[in-house]
Amino acid sequence: MRPDAVTWTLRRVGRATLGSVERLGFAARFSVAVLVHTPAALRRLSLTLREIYFSGVLSLVIILVSGLFVGMVLALQGYDVLTRYGANESLGVLVALSLVRELGPVVAGLLFASRAGSAITAEIGLMKTTEQLSAMEMMAVDPLARVVAPRFVGGIVSMPLLAALFSMLGIFGAYLVGVKLIGIDAGSFWGNMQSAVDFRYDIVNGIIKSVVFGVAVSLIAVFEGYNARPTAEGVSTATTRTVVASSLSILALDFVLTVFMFRGMVG
Amino acid sequence: MSDTLPAGSDAGNAGPAVVLKDVSFGYERRRTILSGIDMSVPRGKVVAIMGGSGCGKTTILRLIGGQLRPQRGQVLVDGCDVASLDREGLFAMRRKIGMLFQFGALFTDMSVFENIAFPLREHTGLPDELIRDLVLMKLNAVGLRGAAGLNPSELSGGMARRVALARAIALDPMLVMYDEPFAGLDPISLGIVGQLIRRLNDALGITSVVVTHDIYESLKIVDYIYFVSEGRIISQGTPAEVRASSEAFVRQFVDGAADGPVPFHYPARPLAKDFARAA
Repeated sequence: MRPDAVTWTLRRVGRATLGSVERLGFAARFSVAVLVHTPAALRRLSLTLREIYFSGVLSLVIILVSGLFVGMVLALQGYDVLTRYGANESLGVLVALSLVRELGPVVAGLLFASRAGSAITAEIGLMKTTEQLSAMEMMAVDPLARVVAPRFVGGIVSMPLLAALFSMLGIFGAYLVGVKLIGIDAGSFWGNMQSAVDFRYDIVNGIIKSVVFGVAVSLIAVFEGYNARPTAEGVSTATTRTVVASSLSILALDFVLTVFMFRGMVG
Repeated sequence: MSDTLPAGSDAGNAGPAVVLKDVSFGYERRRTILSGIDMSVPRGKVVAIMGGSGCGKTTILRLIGGQLRPQRGQVLVDGCDVASLDREGLFAMRRKIGMLFQFGALFTDMSVFENIAFPLREHTGLPDELIRDLVLMKLNAVGLRGAAGLNPSELSGGMARRVALARAIALDPMLVMYDEPFAGLDPISLGIVGQLIRRLNDALGITSVVVTHDIYESLKIVDYIYFVSEGRIISQGTPAEVRASSEAFVRQFVDGAADGPVPFHYPARPLAKDFARAA
């Protein structure tokens, strides 16, 4: 390699590293600023309720339909495996634990990032592109308090509710397939489920996961929107980054949380 | 042309509304946008800042509004050094300023009525009935009282600019800044917006700073003009002085000549070098 090429490569690597560190630092400062403005969003409840409607209520269709199908598929696959071991009466347990512990928070989180996270980023990014955020600043109104914080809180509130609904519909889907279609005894389906699913260990941990995913997705979505380049391409890039970064964060956080929550399983 | 500004309505009492003293600004150390800008905007006057695209006109507005801080020099608004203000102080100062953005920057999730009510709801504790009356008065001033129920997407470019103007004066500011208010308007809308800027300035006793490159419309309505090129003020004067000026840049601007001090060609190698191989 020629010395010029080495210098050129080192310079590019250095620039990229500095850029990443700068962006990380800016993201940290932005996150603190959003958290500082969160109480203001709670005081202006009408703004937050509006965002819960946009993030939560408008995501219901995709969450409910997905939950139903995931539950039905899980029941079919689970029944096939459980039958080999003569444990088909445990279908309710298998489905409920899979959904409440993992699939509910994770799949609902991924869907939430795609539907609501991308919408939040695009909306804030377009507000920046059309100078609406600048106009707000020039009217002595802080966009972090008026635009960003309500969307952040709306996302955090919506996410656990959507995850819970996803799991409920999933269990209902499994009931339709397992009990109504295949013919498993309804009593053992619900009874085994009730005795095996622990409220603190399974349900609360599932809720904690969905809250953490809600914080991650909402924060990434508002950050990317607020820092989007004010062009059509910039908003498009920011929206894509939201979906990618949110999805990867959910999967990574899920692993970390699972390690801490269910340590007993791996001895 | 003269370097002496006309005195404003109450200039003797409170001094100019806006003063820029030896202001320099650049986004990076090597890229200078503005250099040594000296400017004064007397109270009650309409002052235009003119120049070609990318010459730093809008940056001057952002410096006055405190969205940017100068690297050198002082920006004084109503006698207060903008760079010395903390966030609270800056927001308090901005309550005295209205700004009309290039394409209106109306909030697209609100109706026309709610757009104008927005600053009133944010900064005053006025009851809804009073806010309603104030909003309709502001809309009436720009001739759009009947459009209160429309959404921004239903407005033409000229109407959107007028609604944005009504919003800019909602809090009865002492200073209104206009960023390219004539851009992309048809001749009728252009005339209406121009006349509104002048009429509202005089009727409400405010001060106006208009950033534009529309020389004909500006000459009709402004009291004083600064010409900016490559980050420096290269000429200034009253409309009469501008019309009579023989300065090359001003003449190019007034006559709309393609070539002159602002060259038609982007800097490039000599023509012969680029075509030498072909020959």
